[in-house]
Amino acid sequence: MKPASFRYYAPQNVDEAVALLGEHAGEDGHILAGGQSLVPMMALRLARPGALIDINQIASFAEIICESGWLAIGPCVRHAAFHKSVVDNPLGTLLSDVAKHIAHYPIRTRGTFCGSLAHADPSSEWCLVAAALGAEIHARNISATRIINAVDFFSGAMVTTLKPDEMIVSVHLPLLPADSVFGFAEFSRRAGDFAMAAALTVYRLEDGRIADARLAVGGAEEDPRRIAQAEAILNGALPGTEIFREASKAAAAAIDPITDVQTNSHFRRKLVHTICERALARTVSRDG
Amino acid sequence: MDSFDIILNINGSDHAVSVEPRRTLADVIREDCGLTGTHTGCEHGVCGACTVIIDGEPMRSCLMLGVQAAGKSIRTVEGLADGDALHPLQEAFKDEHALQCGFCTPGFLMLAIAALERDPNISDEALNELLSSNLCRCTGYANIISAVRKFRDAGK
Repeated sequence: MKPASFRYYAPQNVDEAVALLGEHAGEDGHILAGGQSLVPMMALRLARPGALIDINQIASFAEIICESGWLAIGPCVRHAAFHKSVVDNPLGTLLSDVAKHIAHYPIRTRGTFCGSLAHADPSSEWCLVAAALGAEIHARNISATRIINAVDFFSGAMVTTLKPDEMIVSVHLPLLPADSVFGFAEFSRRAGDFAMAAALTVYRLEDGRIADARLAVGGAEEDPRRIAQAEAILNGALPGTEIFREASKAAAAAIDPITDVQTNSHFRRKLVHTICERALARTVSRDG
Repeated sequence: MDSFDIILNINGSDHAVSVEPRRTLADVIREDCGLTGTHTGCEHGVCGACTVIIDGEPMRSCLMLGVQAAGKSIRTVEGLADGDALHPLQEAFKDEHALQCGFCTPGFLMLAIAALERDPNISDEALNELLSSNLCRCTGYANIISAVRKFRDAGK
């Protein structure tokens, strides 16, 4: 239950960090941000990185910047930073609502938004947010920065398209139209445990009818993703119990469920159906 | 691997230690600083027995490397009592029978103190959610919740 040995570096700026990562990528060098997933994996010897590049001393990495319609989240921004709305936009409320579902308070004070994406656990709330809203992941190595769309970022459970020498330098989320409504719901057997299914929906109303519908599911497949079949049902419809049920049914039918010792695919589909209905119900009532 | 010479400030006192980076803060606090009030249970972030307060926030000391805590203000359960006088939250734990074997107690104390310093009027609901962070295998949670509520209400 103790991590294996590794080389430790604490760079003071982003150039140093990417240089160190490039240098140690070949020996499974990893970025250490919050460490709330990486350190336990090391303690369990599921991970044995040859080097850790601790980015916590890079002051600019702790910043959240809002500009040009996007919220840019630095790699050391903790989950707890979102407990209160970080921006005067429905996105701020959405992030605040979701943050409270992440693990427990003493984990949220240390774990990071960007680290969650890099870790890519299928049940991650932030990965679901990234998929639902179309995040742009800014990744950098020693020679270049590239932007990866969320839809191209997740690549199976705990796998991303980040290259070994690339680190996330920020994740950008689009601000939502001011009249957006959202609903989030997840299910886990114990408070703070990994979600067995989670859903996030966002839409607007045009003449009372749903427009620009997004409905994404996490925790039920290897990657979180938007479910086009469900969104097609929602768009143009009047919000209400019947249409929410129909869209949830479509989402449950569309997924390729993960199975594990606790669940079979039938159970997971039922769970996705229920959790989508709850998320959709919360778009019209906070008590839903 | 190389060791790092660092200074840990725990409960206001500096401890000069030389640590391998692979060693967790929990182990460094216990083994190098001799402060064994911080307990290590699961050592992978689930049980919360090792919770300490770092720069005002409760954190799992098994999920942080010792070397990362250099220069930070660390508070552990040893910093609560004033000589033989227990901290009011410790008294409340005693009064409400909120501990039996006592293994989880330091973690619960530090968790609750950090949260109440941040929000002295924390709601019952938020307190329940907060205290779900840590595990207790003897008394269960009802008495722990009562003790923390008692401490909160005494401060009002």
